[in-house]
Amino acid sequence: MVVYSRADRIFRRIVTGGALIALLLLGFISVFLVMRSAETFRQFGLDFITGSEWFSAGEDPLGGAVEGAVVEVDESVFSIGPMIVGSLVVALIAMLIAVPLSIGGALYIEFYAPRSIYRVLVSLLDLAAAIPSLIFGLWGIQVFTAIGVRWATLLNDRLSFIPIFSVEFENFGRSPFVAGCVLAALVVPITTSVSREVYSRTPRDLIDTCFALGGSKWGAIRSVVMPYGKSGVIAGAMLGLGRALGETVAIYLMLNLVFRYSFEILDSAGGNVASMIALKFGEATDKEISALIASGLVLFIITLIVNMIASSIVARTTPRA
Amino acid sequence: MSTVANAGQLTTAEPRRPWAVSRSKRLLGFGRMLTFAIAAFVATILTPLANFDGWAVAFLLINLAWVIGIASKLGAKERRDAVLRVVITSLAVLAFVPWLSIFVTVILKGYRAVYPGYFISDMRTSTPDDELNIGGAGHAIVGSLIMVAIATVVTLPLGILTGIYLTEVRGRLTFLVRFIVQSMAGVPSVVAGLFLFATVVRSMGKYSGLAGGLALAVLMLPTVSRTAEEVLKLVPDDIRSAGYALGARQWRTALLVVLPTVRAGLSTAAILGIARVIGETAPLLLTSLNTNGFVWNPIGGTVASLPTYIFAMFMYGTEYSTARAWTGSLVLLALVLFFFIIARRLGNRVALKANANRRK
Repeated sequence: MVVYSRADRIFRRIVTGGALIALLLLGFISVFLVMRSAETFRQFGLDFITGSEWFSAGEDPLGGAVEGAVVEVDESVFSIGPMIVGSLVVALIAMLIAVPLSIGGALYIEFYAPRSIYRVLVSLLDLAAAIPSLIFGLWGIQVFTAIGVRWATLLNDRLSFIPIFSVEFENFGRSPFVAGCVLAALVVPITTSVSREVYSRTPRDLIDTCFALGGSKWGAIRSVVMPYGKSGVIAGAMLGLGRALGETVAIYLMLNLVFRYSFEILDSAGGNVASMIALKFGEATDKEISALIASGLVLFIITLIVNMIASSIVARTTPRA
Repeated sequence: MSTVANAGQLTTAEPRRPWAVSRSKRLLGFGRMLTFAIAAFVATILTPLANFDGWAVAFLLINLAWVIGIASKLGAKERRDAVLRVVITSLAVLAFVPWLSIFVTVILKGYRAVYPGYFISDMRTSTPDDELNIGGAGHAIVGSLIMVAIATVVTLPLGILTGIYLTEVRGRLTFLVRFIVQSMAGVPSVVAGLFLFATVVRSMGKYSGLAGGLALAVLMLPTVSRTAEEVLKLVPDDIRSAGYALGARQWRTALLVVLPTVRAGLSTAAILGIARVIGETAPLLLTSLNTNGFVWNPIGGTVASLPTYIFAMFMYGTEYSTARAWTGSLVLLALVLFFFIIARRLGNRVALKANANRRK
């Protein structure tokens, strides 16, 4: 039994206080978002999540200054169904591209890269994970869009019999596919560096044992490295997914937001909650702000669930020191 | 090993490496790659694959086809190895090319509008469309630094306290605190912006650098506390035991023994946090917006920052304004790199120290 002196107890209380503030901050954010979005949820209920219309009637243009002006019924309708679906679609495209690339990249760095470029690659990768998403957006528009549109055209040419690759108008820029590719580029450094870290912790003995038993590199990777790093890769992918779902500016620049359910990923129309918030925020009315905060709450809950799953996977599988 | 000294034989013995690739084989490999490259080029003409990316894909596919082709001569084991090698290398190339391309693009495009004045002048007397030797992003750099400073002042104590709580105090809430702080790392940046808009901006009645800095703090806290925890975990328990053995209570051990050991590591925590948030755009679009001049007062209304400056310049959409945006990106990336290098330097020192401690 540890005995703490009075000074110790004060110290512990102060430290606990600091940790509690950090804890409460999150609680405070949630409570605040719930409070401020209550109005919207009360008015629209579940329609806010399933509906597909966003119309702000605007403030009274006369500012209520003219007496006798007819007070119209507020016709504002706010709902973000297509945006939620769009967020999921774009994030899914990004993850479908990013996860195989990250696994390949991580395995390459750890097991194939020449020793001379290993350190350089690792440092560059860490730096790449810190590139601001805004720069990804700029690069996406000025460099990648041309490439992405070409591939989209190709996909549409050859595979348009599959519903998701068909389009109404042959205008492929600012489509979920191209935005998803840029988002994948953004997610890859994050998931790669997490996966690489896990792979690098594979016990050397196990790999050597595999070779000693006559196993090939393929055997070692398949039967030792991959199973050992599986949970880490999943956690990295979830982190990336959280990032992809909450990404704002890159998507804002890359995607044409349209309030319509659409699963045609090559069409120049998509949805994304986070960038919609940034887009509508500029000239939002008071009621609209409340609706935007409600959208933020929905996004917050979605990413929180994803991240909690990720951190519980990490917590469950990280060997206790 | 033999005790018979035969110096002559020792000096003439050539080190042989039977596994080394011979020169002719290397030449052959090079020739093969060249042939594939040309074949891929032909493919870009004959098939719908086009441009450099099409060429790269054709090149990878030809490589894969060749490996599968010759693999029929190999045993099952070698075949799988060879195919896996090509697949993993291609995936890695595809994974690395985008961000390498970003580094190159930012440098090439950002170089254009760099001139000394870019770092000291603002945009009050020039429009985004002016010649590139007028105006600059000095105000944006200052604004960014002020907001990041605010975020650091707020998060550093909180982050370190959280770290100490998780490693030294280990109270009843340890699991919850760790879990929540980790989950907080996933708060979308735009949500942090909304939160600060709805609280600070609304209650002050105006946009401000303070709100922007606090929004950054929300995003920075998880990184700082996480890194602080990791660093404190590196401190060997021997050091703590030594502290207790000398009669120090927990608080003295923690404050006077453990914390000084990891001073460099805690700086790393702060710097990694800074590198994480300095490029955040979305929260600043909701809290501090953008202006054209220097603003030194964090509660005096809208403040420019590098990300919002880049964003505004890019949205303006003319040739010169876009060039300014790229230069801003170059500055931003250089700042991130700068913080990263410092963090790495300090981090290495921490690792060395911890190892030295362990060895003793």
